[in-house]
Amino acid sequence: MSLRIVVCVKYVPDATGDRHFADDLTLDRDDVDGLLSELDEYAVEQALQIAGEADDAEITVLTVGPEDAKDALRKALSMGADKAVHVEDDDLHGTDVIGTSLVLAKAIEKTGYDLVICGMASTDGAMGVLPALLAERLSVPQVTLLSEVSVEDGTVKGRRDGDSASEQLQASLPAVVSVTDQSGEARYPSFKGIMAAKKKPVESLDLEDLEIEADEVGLAGSWTAVDSAAERPARTAGTIVKDEGEGGKQLAEFLAGQKFI
Amino acid sequence: MAEVLVYVDHVDGAVRKPTLELLTLARRIGEPVAVALGNGAADTAAALAEHGAVKVLTADAPEFADYLVVPKVDALQAAYDAVSPAAVLLPSSAEAKEIAARLAVRIGSGIITDAVDLEAGDEGPVATQSAFAASYTTKSRVSKGTPVITVKPNSVAVEAAPAAGAVEALTVSFSAQATGTKVLSRTPRESTGRPELTEAAIVVSGGRGVNGAENFAIIESLADSLGAAVGASRAAVDAGWYPHTNQVGQTGKSVSPQLYIASGISGAIQHRAGMQTSKTIVAINKDSEAPIFDLVDYGVVGDLFNVVPQLTDEVKSRKG
Repeated sequence: MSLRIVVCVKYVPDATGDRHFADDLTLDRDDVDGLLSELDEYAVEQALQIAGEADDAEITVLTVGPEDAKDALRKALSMGADKAVHVEDDDLHGTDVIGTSLVLAKAIEKTGYDLVICGMASTDGAMGVLPALLAERLSVPQVTLLSEVSVEDGTVKGRRDGDSASEQLQASLPAVVSVTDQSGEARYPSFKGIMAAKKKPVESLDLEDLEIEADEVGLAGSWTAVDSAAERPARTAGTIVKDEGEGGKQLAEFLAGQKFI
Repeated sequence: MAEVLVYVDHVDGAVRKPTLELLTLARRIGEPVAVALGNGAADTAAALAEHGAVKVLTADAPEFADYLVVPKVDALQAAYDAVSPAAVLLPSSAEAKEIAARLAVRIGSGIITDAVDLEAGDEGPVATQSAFAASYTTKSRVSKGTPVITVKPNSVAVEAAPAAGAVEALTVSFSAQATGTKVLSRTPRESTGRPELTEAAIVVSGGRGVNGAENFAIIESLADSLGAAVGASRAAVDAGWYPHTNQVGQTGKSVSPQLYIASGISGAIQHRAGMQTSKTIVAINKDSEAPIFDLVDYGVVGDLFNVVPQLTDEVKSRKG
């Protein structure tokens, strides 16, 4: 039987651009380019590798986001995923992580899955909790923050490198996995891949398709409220000295003045 | 006064500093009730009482070590049901954030992660967070359910506030999901004897300019002279010069020490995201145009192989 892999990806503002909040304190998407979150590329890569090892596998990439989020799906398709699902609905604007996990979980169930693969975090919100939320909502094991992952005989195994220990984990499928940026460099789409991606199916779903009420998501239905957002004041210009042979001593003098020594 | 649940991060009963910081913040909102799980849970009581815990709920079972995350969620939910707290606070470790998220869904609450400050407010606790590589500061609150909030290390100075700290056994019945993810083996990291990166008061980091794994010895020497933790930029980690657990930045650790010393690090957005909120920033770099110099309180344009050893010697001689 075919191994059904769903990779959750996010369309994020380019972290190297100037990111701002809009008037309603959601992300301002107008003035910044968007792209597939870099950390999700690792998830797509691991999906492709797991599918390559399996006798028969199908990879669906899934995103929730505005029209432009299709760019993220196309990138994943051009890397080699088979098809895409795009959940798009005006009522989703301003949805927080709890709401997003609800939408993704419903879409994953509708798509059908044996294995869900996520990146370790998004590069914008950077909370890193979505995979655990999906596992909770889907009532399946979470095997998260893996720097190595493999699937064999209906079992997923992986290595989780934590702060205090490195753990070998194991769970039965279906399961939710997240992989870190240590899991292996993501491939670049080939020209052939890019051409092929144009013909791959992208299914669009809205809240009605997922049987989710508008008031369960969106800014009004959000479980958290942002009351204010202020740009961090630029750090005041510091002292810069050129090392003329005494740079280390001068630095020590500064640190002593600040009571660090 | 309302009670606030505080999830305790400890190693065999030794309470880690971020938990003491949580207790300090929890007292701004209500009376802290600590939840300590796993081996040595009861041994945490003295330190928790000294920092304001009125009660310490403890539970130990093999499941906490043998299975990932979910047994701890079950236990924290049992504590939540027993206490009906005004808020639940956890440290912003990878594991505690996952526990927090799952608890939030179960109790029908919103979640805020990686707060850097917390105050009482008319509509519940107000959390300060850094957004977009710390270029913004936001104030947020949980608007549905009981606030579940994780707080980053070094967000507040620990204050002692002796309280009863009465130990009570917590009864936990594990859910069907508890044994879903088995921990087949656990290899503890070798201790370097240096402070934990995210908790350290001083961090000394090396980047591309360090130019080789063997050269990190001079970064370590400076760190040791200052009692600091060692960090590394993504470039240094990707080159295999230093372990990923020490990476500072977007995909590594986010640190907020009193003093951050960047050596041979240009200061790309990826790195800045992880250290921009440090109190004092110092950099040593050959390139006077490096963006890191936009952040510094003090910068030395020069060769780190000359400047860093000289600084280390000077620190040692001043400390005598």
